[in-house]
Amino acid sequence: MDQGKHQGMTLYLKIWRQAGPNVEGKFVDYKLLDVSPNMSFLEMLDVLNEDLIKKDELPIEFDNDCREGICGMCGMVINGSAHGHQDGTTVCQLHMRHFKDGDRITIEPWRARAFPVIKDLVVDRSALDRIIAAGGFISVDTGGAPDANSLPISKPQVEEAMDAAACIQCGACVAACPNGSAALFTGAKITHLASLPQGEPERRIRALRMIRQMDLEGFGNCSNHGECEAVCPKDIPIKVIAKMRREYLRGLLK
Amino acid sequence: MSSNGNLNARIPGGPVQEKWEKRRFEVKLVNPSNKRKFKIIVVGTGLAGASAAASLAELGYEVLAFCIQDSPRRAHSIAAQGGINAAKNYANDGDSIWRLFYDTVKGGDYRGREANIYRLAQVSVNIIDQCVAQGVPFAREYGGLLETRSFGGTQVARTFYARGQTGQQLLLGAYQAMMRQVDKGKIVCLPRREMLDLVLVDGKARGIVVRDLLTGEIERHVGHAVVLATGGYGNAYYLSTNAVNSNASAIWRCYKRGAFFANPCFTQIHPTCIPVSGEHQSKLTLMSESLRNDGRVWVPRKKGDPRPPSQIPEGERDYYLERKYPSFGNLVPRDIASRSAKEVCDEERGVGESGLAVFLDFEDTIKREGVDYIREKYGNLFDMYDRITGEDPYRTPMRIYPAVHYTMGGLWVDYDLMSTIPGLFILGEANFSDHGANRLGASALMQGLADGYFIIPYTLGDYIATSSFRPTSEDAEEFKQCADQARARLETLLSIKGRRTPREFHREVGQIMWNYVGMARNEAGLKHAIQELRRVREELWQDLKVPGSNDMLNKNLEMASRIADYTELGELTALDALHRKESCGGHFREDSQTPEGEAKRDDANFSYVAAWEYTGGKGEPLLHKEPLNFEYVAPTQRTYK
Repeated sequence: MDQGKHQGMTLYLKIWRQAGPNVEGKFVDYKLLDVSPNMSFLEMLDVLNEDLIKKDELPIEFDNDCREGICGMCGMVINGSAHGHQDGTTVCQLHMRHFKDGDRITIEPWRARAFPVIKDLVVDRSALDRIIAAGGFISVDTGGAPDANSLPISKPQVEEAMDAAACIQCGACVAACPNGSAALFTGAKITHLASLPQGEPERRIRALRMIRQMDLEGFGNCSNHGECEAVCPKDIPIKVIAKMRREYLRGLLK
Repeated sequence: MSSNGNLNARIPGGPVQEKWEKRRFEVKLVNPSNKRKFKIIVVGTGLAGASAAASLAELGYEVLAFCIQDSPRRAHSIAAQGGINAAKNYANDGDSIWRLFYDTVKGGDYRGREANIYRLAQVSVNIIDQCVAQGVPFAREYGGLLETRSFGGTQVARTFYARGQTGQQLLLGAYQAMMRQVDKGKIVCLPRREMLDLVLVDGKARGIVVRDLLTGEIERHVGHAVVLATGGYGNAYYLSTNAVNSNASAIWRCYKRGAFFANPCFTQIHPTCIPVSGEHQSKLTLMSESLRNDGRVWVPRKKGDPRPPSQIPEGERDYYLERKYPSFGNLVPRDIASRSAKEVCDEERGVGESGLAVFLDFEDTIKREGVDYIREKYGNLFDMYDRITGEDPYRTPMRIYPAVHYTMGGLWVDYDLMSTIPGLFILGEANFSDHGANRLGASALMQGLADGYFIIPYTLGDYIATSSFRPTSEDAEEFKQCADQARARLETLLSIKGRRTPREFHREVGQIMWNYVGMARNEAGLKHAIQELRRVREELWQDLKVPGSNDMLNKNLEMASRIADYTELGELTALDALHRKESCGGHFREDSQTPEGEAKRDDANFSYVAAWEYTGGKGEPLLHKEPLNFEYVAPTQRTYK
């Protein structure tokens, strides 16, 4: 890339490099030329990595998969913002047209006690799966379900459930929270299932178990900063946390 | 290449409506208290894998589930947007199991298996019930009942949806059912693992070898049966709508261990994707087919018209789908819509900078129904389009172009979804069975869940109940050999230390596939593709440059291994396309078309499934034919005019 004819932007990147889980990491500076505004942020990193491989350096590892904003695999903190500064956008959908020539960009992994760094920008988010395993489901075995239309559900009710169910489990809410809390994530699943009549029978035990697991995983408490809502790429509203608290109380009171 | 006709699909006798009922009664059952003694390995946790893992664990089997992502919920089923078909006839518009069956056989251009397709249509109704019970928030009418919409290739509204995130919501339902079993200890889920080989003991599938993607450790896992649900091979084309980690290595390993590969040339190019924007492009993003319900596809009448769409008057626009196919209009099946887009672009009437795009225009619907109507139905898709292109589709038409999306071909399976290797079952996109030569929109989700929730729980039980299993362990010679081979292959890839990166090779393989094994194919091009792929394969094993080592998280090593497989799989795809001298569905041979330029089938010579057997790399693979008999839907020239 380092050969004259610079058509696109030149970027100055400061990227967190860490060889493994239990070793110290540090920021490393990179200069990248010819960045097209049509590239996604991850495509920009692809180009940098190709460059590094050619120079016999180790490429930067980062998690990503669908690259269309739905799988929740990608995530990094860009200039202090989880997924970057574009509202409602995962980093794979963030495009370089939102940056300008000469920009300095700092890129770090999610930082939270419950998300240990694995390598470079890759972190371990398995704690979130364990929260779901603790109760984020409706206990119905395959077969024997009644006809789907035997249970009418009002449109507003199902829309509320869908708003919460849109969560992609990326972990940005945790990364953005000063306390490293997973309340938005947990609240979203509790809200999804508690908004529907199918979720009613297990409503109390679900909230108690999921919240207990959340605490066991080392996530912090929610103190209403609202950073989670601000960075959520799916615009999950913070009211799901209020709902989670009501569900928890309901569970305690029986 | 020689032929051999002894493939037995084990289709039950009797009328098509009764076959599944009959088979379900015939299958041997496993005593409930014995099920826990059997360990089932499930590879892949998309709709098919997750639903299978959950359902098998609920029955009492011990399940070991693997995925390459960090969480089973991220499998690429999650990206399916538009919806899932089911013959519920809630819309009272003439739908029935029979009509869904008929539409699917016809939509597949008469290259699918009638018995499987009928069963798919039958269980489609149970899927919707199951998903609603799990809490999937499908769209509803104000009265509280479920809403449906139409999709390509059908004239009824049988597609259930959850905004533009249907795949996500269905996968979450299956994932949550799976996590419930993880909590109960019935499923052990091992994420960030990639299957590198299948282990056979006494000719039966008894385990797999995987790489722990974080540490590079090569692990051996033993079971009584292996269920593979690892998706399709669209990424052989480099640019596709697949996730970047979606790959074909698991099915390719199984092919090399003796599972036949069926109809590899049946690939689906989806008509409505966001066009390529430059060399850096790493994947293509789909815009749901459901948009064709309300959007009109057009190009300028004039060649190379430079005007922006808003300045091209109505009379100078060519709504070519409505013109050519008045009865289906913008909702023709995918293969036809894609080919039509290519045609108008070949005529130099394409739009956008590259000229490789057509308009999908919502202006009329917005005028008629209002912006809110569009926003409610497709809001997230419109936002996604805006984010990727920087253009607002509420104001200016979308630019779309076809892209590789789905592969109808896959490992051959019998009626029980078992491959030619006993104990190896193939589910979802990874098998070949239900979509013939072209899949209808919203049918992939239906098939994945049908296979996982409602078919494998019966058929796998029969295999377990009727087979004997020699005790084996991960220390057995068969396991050791496979693990050693897998490790040696990775070490070889690392040791080449050439000049070109995995991505560079992938791009080159993809370019060959797209140019010669893409939307239009011919004999000379396919022969050229085979030569080219062989050349690239040779170069890859001499000039590849993989950074790092095997004992670390190393995405480039993962990519390198998959790309080496694509050079082989691509060749088989081209070989299959070369041998099938007819056009059908997504396989369009330029030398086989009707006077109007539509795909021309050759039922007299090609009404069969082509199942290829690996011959150890010596000489060409062996072709086996499974004849297709159409007892209920008489093959006709497919027409959507």
